Amino acid sequence: MQQENRAWFLRGVHDGVPIMLGYAAVSFTLGIAARNAGLTPFQAFLTSLLNNASAGEKAGFTVIQANEGYLAMAVMMLIVNARYLLMSCALSQKISPRTGLIPRLIIGFEVTDEIFGASMSVPGMLNPWYSYGLIALALPGWSLGTYFGVVMGNVLPARVVSALSVGLYGMFLAIIIPPARKDRRIAALVAASMAASCAAAYLLPGLSAGMRVIVLTVAISAAAAALCPLKEEDDAV
Amino acid sequence: MQYNIYGYIFVMFAVTYLIRVLPLTLIRRPIRNRFIRSFLYYVPYVTLSVMVLPDIVQATSAPLAGLLALASGVALAWSGKSLFTVAVASCAVVFITELIVL
Repeated sequence: MQQENRAWFLRGVHDGVPIMLGYAAVSFTLGIAARNAGLTPFQAFLTSLLNNASAGEKAGFTVIQANEGYLAMAVMMLIVNARYLLMSCALSQKISPRTGLIPRLIIGFEVTDEIFGASMSVPGMLNPWYSYGLIALALPGWSLGTYFGVVMGNVLPARVVSALSVGLYGMFLAIIIPPARKDRRIAALVAASMAASCAAAYLLPGLSAGMRVIVLTVAISAAAAALCPLKEEDDAV
Repeated sequence: MQYNIYGYIFVMFAVTYLIRVLPLTLIRRPIRNRFIRSFLYYVPYVTLSVMVLPDIVQATSAPLAGLLALASGVALAWSGKSLFTVAVASCAVVFITELIVL
């Protein structure tokens, strides 16, 4: 068991490398936003260490900059980060029912788009140690990246930031494309979701990216569940 | 009134953590309902797809670089390359494309 945990931890560390690099680049730009909102490097570091949420933190810095109050902050977080509620529900079905409270509290701490994606992509049940391996790289990448973003501002060339920012999307593709190849339902779902997302982004420019993700995820997943419910043998989740 | 920055940070943390941790700690059994099971099964694919497009095209300085990264990412993932390879290759495609077109 111990050996198995160790192997899963190392696998998490391995898969965590692109996440860490992508996070370092993205959080660096987030640090610039934090500095504009008047946060010190330590305050920005602390925010990223505790939150691990790109859109959420960006929105939070906007609230701080405008000094809109704690209630406005709470409501903003609820809306921008609502998609994590869905991800957490899905993850609750991916871990063994026997998983204790502590692993659940740790996994829950770092439910991000990327870590959620990587966690759902492992075959069978999720071993919490895989998550720990991912977190061991992602969390320092994210929080230190934010810190250096505040300290060093625009020192990283725009070319490098531009290239690194795409790594996270490459990761998403590596997660959704292989199952789409095996299962035509998923391939159709991926194509429909991408098309709907483009349509929503161009037709409804006022809709924030966070809201777009929530609305489309609920609508399309519900439609797919109604049209194409899992059979009893589809117990892959 | 001037609110405290640490107060703001605490509110951010508290709300975000509760959103993330409540389902994981409260849902402790496999869900039997077929619709909800199907719904949760499809959620990751839809969420990740929605986040890839059009964002990948908007994240790069040159939209063409994002498109090429998307195409090469799909091709590499389709042929079974690892998460790490696909992610790094996407970055490389963008870097090289932008060297040429910008």
